[in-house]
Amino acid sequence: MNIIYIIVFTLMGIGITISMIRFVKGPRSGDRAIALDTLSIIITASMVLLAHVFERYIYIDVALIYGVLGFVGIIVIARYIEGAL
Amino acid sequence: MKEILEYIGMAFILIGGIFLFLGALGILRMPDLYTRLQAGTKASTLGAMSTILGVGFLHPEWFLKIAIIVIFIGVANPLSSHALARASYRKGVIPFSKSGIDKYKKAVKKQNKKVSS
Repeated sequence: MNIIYIIVFTLMGIGITISMIRFVKGPRSGDRAIALDTLSIIITASMVLLAHVFERYIYIDVALIYGVLGFVGIIVIARYIEGAL
Repeated sequence: MKEILEYIGMAFILIGGIFLFLGALGILRMPDLYTRLQAGTKASTLGAMSTILGVGFLHPEWFLKIAIIVIFIGVANPLSSHALARASYRKGVIPFSKSGIDKYKKAVKKQNKKVSS
C-alpha cells in the first residue's frame, strides 16, 4: 500500500519540475501561462492526496481554494494576452 | 467491502499519477503552443480528476467536498484552455502544421468584419 504513494508523489514531483522548466524556457507568454495552468492542477491533486496521507480534512479546503484561484488567474492572464483588459 | 473500495481507490490514484506525469511531459516535448495546450490540459484534467476520485473512494465520508472539486476541475480546466487558445490565436501565433489547413482564420475574419461595420 505504501509504495503506491511513493510512486505517485515521485511522478508528481517530476511533473512539477518539467513544467517549471517550460515555465522558465517558454518562448512566448502563452507557453508560460500553459505551464502555470498545469502546475496549479498538479498541486491541487497532490494537496488532496496529502490530505489522505496525513489524515487532515482541512487540506481539502486548501485544494479547493487553490483550484479556484488558479482558474481565475489563468482567465485574467488570457484576457490580458488578448488585449481586452 | 472496505477492502474492495481501498483497492479501487489505489488503482485510481496510480492511474491519475501516471496521467499527470504524461501531461507535464507533453508540455515539455510538443513543438508548438496549441499542441502543448492540448497535451497539457486534457491529460492533466484526467489525471487530477482520477487522483481526487481515488481519495474519495478511500474516504467515503469526505465524498461531498471531493465531488465539488472534481466537478469544478471538469468545468474550469477546458474553459481556461479555450480562453488561452483564443487569446493566443488573436495575438497572432501561427499553428504548427504540415497540411496548411487553418479554418479558424476565416471565422475570425468574418467576425471582425461584422464588428467593424
